[in-house]
Amino acid sequence: MKLTLKIWRQKNATDKGGFATYVADHVSKDMSFLEMLDVLNDQLTEKGEDPVHFDHDCREGICGMCSLYINGKPHGPQQTTTCQLHMRSFSDGETITIEPWRAKAFPVVKDLVVNRSAFDRIIQAGGYVSVNTGGVPDANEIPIPKTVADLAMDAAQCIGCGACVAACKNASAMLFTSAKVSQLALLPQGQVERKTRAEKMVAQMDAEGFGACTNTGACEAECPKGISITNIARMNREYFSAVVSSDNM
Amino acid sequence: MILDSKIPAGPLAEKWTKHKFSSKLVNPANKRKYDVIVVGTGLAGASAAASLAELGYNVKAFCFQDSPRRAHSIAAQGGINAAKNYQNDGDSIYRLFYDTIKGGDYRAREGNVYRLAEVSVKIIDQCVAQGVPFAREYGGLLANRSFGGAQVSRTFYARGQTGQQLLLGAYSALSRQVANGKVKLFPRTEMMDVVVIDGQAKGIVTRNLITGAVETHAAHAVLLCTGGYGNVFFLSTNAMGSNVTAAWRAHKRGAFFANPCFTQIHPTCIPVSGDHQSKLTLMSESLRNDGRVWVPATQETAEKLRKGQIKANDIKEEDRDYFLERKYPSFGNLVPRDVASRNAKYVCDEGRGVNETGEAVFLDFRDAIKRDTRKIIEQKYGNLFDMYKQITGEDPYEMPMMIYPAVHYTMGGLWVDYNLMTTVPGLYALGEANFSEHGANRLGASALMQGLADGYFVIPYTVGDYLAQLAPTKVDENHPEFARAKEEVKQGIERLLKINGNKPVDYFHKRLGKIMWDKCGMARTEVGLKEAKADIQALKKEFWTNVKVLGTNEELNQTLEKANRVADFLELGELMVDDALNRNESCGGHFREEYQTPDGEALRDDENFAYVAAWKYLGEGKEEELVKEELVFENVKLTQRSYK
Repeated sequence: MKLTLKIWRQKNATDKGGFATYVADHVSKDMSFLEMLDVLNDQLTEKGEDPVHFDHDCREGICGMCSLYINGKPHGPQQTTTCQLHMRSFSDGETITIEPWRAKAFPVVKDLVVNRSAFDRIIQAGGYVSVNTGGVPDANEIPIPKTVADLAMDAAQCIGCGACVAACKNASAMLFTSAKVSQLALLPQGQVERKTRAEKMVAQMDAEGFGACTNTGACEAECPKGISITNIARMNREYFSAVVSSDNM
Repeated sequence: MILDSKIPAGPLAEKWTKHKFSSKLVNPANKRKYDVIVVGTGLAGASAAASLAELGYNVKAFCFQDSPRRAHSIAAQGGINAAKNYQNDGDSIYRLFYDTIKGGDYRAREGNVYRLAEVSVKIIDQCVAQGVPFAREYGGLLANRSFGGAQVSRTFYARGQTGQQLLLGAYSALSRQVANGKVKLFPRTEMMDVVVIDGQAKGIVTRNLITGAVETHAAHAVLLCTGGYGNVFFLSTNAMGSNVTAAWRAHKRGAFFANPCFTQIHPTCIPVSGDHQSKLTLMSESLRNDGRVWVPATQETAEKLRKGQIKANDIKEEDRDYFLERKYPSFGNLVPRDVASRNAKYVCDEGRGVNETGEAVFLDFRDAIKRDTRKIIEQKYGNLFDMYKQITGEDPYEMPMMIYPAVHYTMGGLWVDYNLMTTVPGLYALGEANFSEHGANRLGASALMQGLADGYFVIPYTVGDYLAQLAPTKVDENHPEFARAKEEVKQGIERLLKINGNKPVDYFHKRLGKIMWDKCGMARTEVGLKEAKADIQALKKEFWTNVKVLGTNEELNQTLEKANRVADFLELGELMVDDALNRNESCGGHFREEYQTPDGEALRDDENFAYVAAWKYLGEGKEEELVKEELVFENVKLTQRSYK
């Protein structure tokens, strides 16, 4: 296959940036999208041009590090992570536009690399059960109905890649935040801090500059792990019931 | 020099309890006066950083990823072992201990392994309390499955994403301590060197991957939780960024490197598809619980398959060779990883491989689907089947999967004593970065167990014992050693940037990987290893004259990051070859063709090689010195592993 690539190049956080066009020759359909970029980068290096910087690590679809906005969609045309996207999803002669995640809370670091530390700070605000190591009950002393455990697991599968934010016209982080709030609100272990958790995580999300949710469902449609927007509904319930009967805020 | 493993005396089951009691304690009010550096935020690092911060120490945690949650522990699929005996099927701490020692082909320490089995039960309690959504039965209690080579069901799991859920649990505990101000986080930061003052580790040198700033950090103790070195093979199931740099630079500062040749080749990975391949993807070993491994009985049938003249499903039952079931009737498809991998290689070497490259065998679910219905199989392995389809474009519900072994885990690593301390006082190694618990072969679902055991339940005691012997005064970052180490790191970076050769970094990495895979991979020979050594030395020379690293240090420069790591892999590769050459026996993941039984099984030499081979760095270009730690077996009898 022969492809034309329009890639966002930006030297650093303060650079204005712009698109550059490259031609990718000899692309095989069995290559992953990132392997196609590896080959391009080796060619650029040999020519003495700065390779295209992009985030990636496990290349198994689980670490959440890869993050490309491909032809107007986060992680491209398939509902998967970019590392799991293969070139058989594209056709010969196609032009592919590659951009970084676009959101105020995810500033561009270089080329296609963005800073997603806002997600870490949302978790730090309350995405945990406050137990220290040791001194916990036997694991089977907390029976949990299978259906509940399964629902919690559905929410817990979030990989924190940020595709939900990139897909949302408001750059809202509701899907990400609600996945963690839901997981812990569903499980008995999360009950004690249920209210403060919802309040604090929502407050942090707002402080980071993420937008509001207007229920377009774009996040769910693009989430590579199929996290459902019912989690957003659950977080809204958690949040409203928390603010009217707050424990300590 | 004699290596002291510091295994406590006394009966096996009492060693750890006694050791904890005899360890010194740091006064609660004094804990805040001690600083601890944790490098790496996978299971070992995140659990250690969180647990030490909870105790009151000041922790600095470093990772090269953009968030601690992305460490490669996240990719572990299958599960975590624990001797809970919830299934009433005869499990016990002793049995987990015994299985691990035997599975490791008697090349691990009894004391360490018993402790691992002992604390395994507490790990599950801890993770459940954190809200890790393990799989459950309808009655609400935890579900278990049997896993690679175990005859009891002791593996806890969270769908096919156990590593992810355990890491997110540890990450949440870590995040809580970040919020409490007890942990300071340094993402996108790479450790470049250890600072050793008067023989003790007192800090590290780092490079900020965004700005390129080279900085120093002082502490009373340094914990390396930096994972394994499987990427020396270029193609492996490790993440692209996984590297040996932290461990290797520590090695050059005096930490011995133990059993580097013990690498694990995992039997169930998706086969290589072409030259562009950047990494290999593992399919969880749990698939072997229901999938049957086979190849055609004859070369002729295999040839037709490879040419696309017939499909797998056209091959009649009597023309199939379920080679694991045939050779190992009692364990069948569930033999340990090294045995399964080697046998896959044998049948492919015989010309019975099933894909275009001839390097693949079938993993077939036809019979399981017939027996249990497709729905049940979907529930168990749905996400794995989807992943397979995504990568290969084939549907494993209709066609058997194709698999081939790939490098997955490294049992070798920095030598540590019972306290997880390296040969440099104050410098510790946890998780895959150390060598200690898995001997020559790791059992499935034991990596997660070890990472969390080290971080949650071992290091909080043993690091306290060390810190209690130090004065509670700040480590002086103005000591000239800090400036010196920093300067050396800067010079190393400059040296790479100045070469300005003709070949990209991956060119060298791929060539190194090929040498290692061909000559220091699943089967090794003296002749091959000697060739490999010469090849690596030549490649190293070429790297330092002809690698092309563009850009500057003062920016995000992924090529420079990679070049730094590959430079260290080149040195490690040579040591792995030396270690494999020295070990004139076959054991676990180390198979020397000269040493095998008449029926092709690994032939151990307990008389001459029941030791840990620890290597001491003696300087640039010099051969490393071998220091032996004899292994003492007081409780188990060494036998030839038999899974027949």
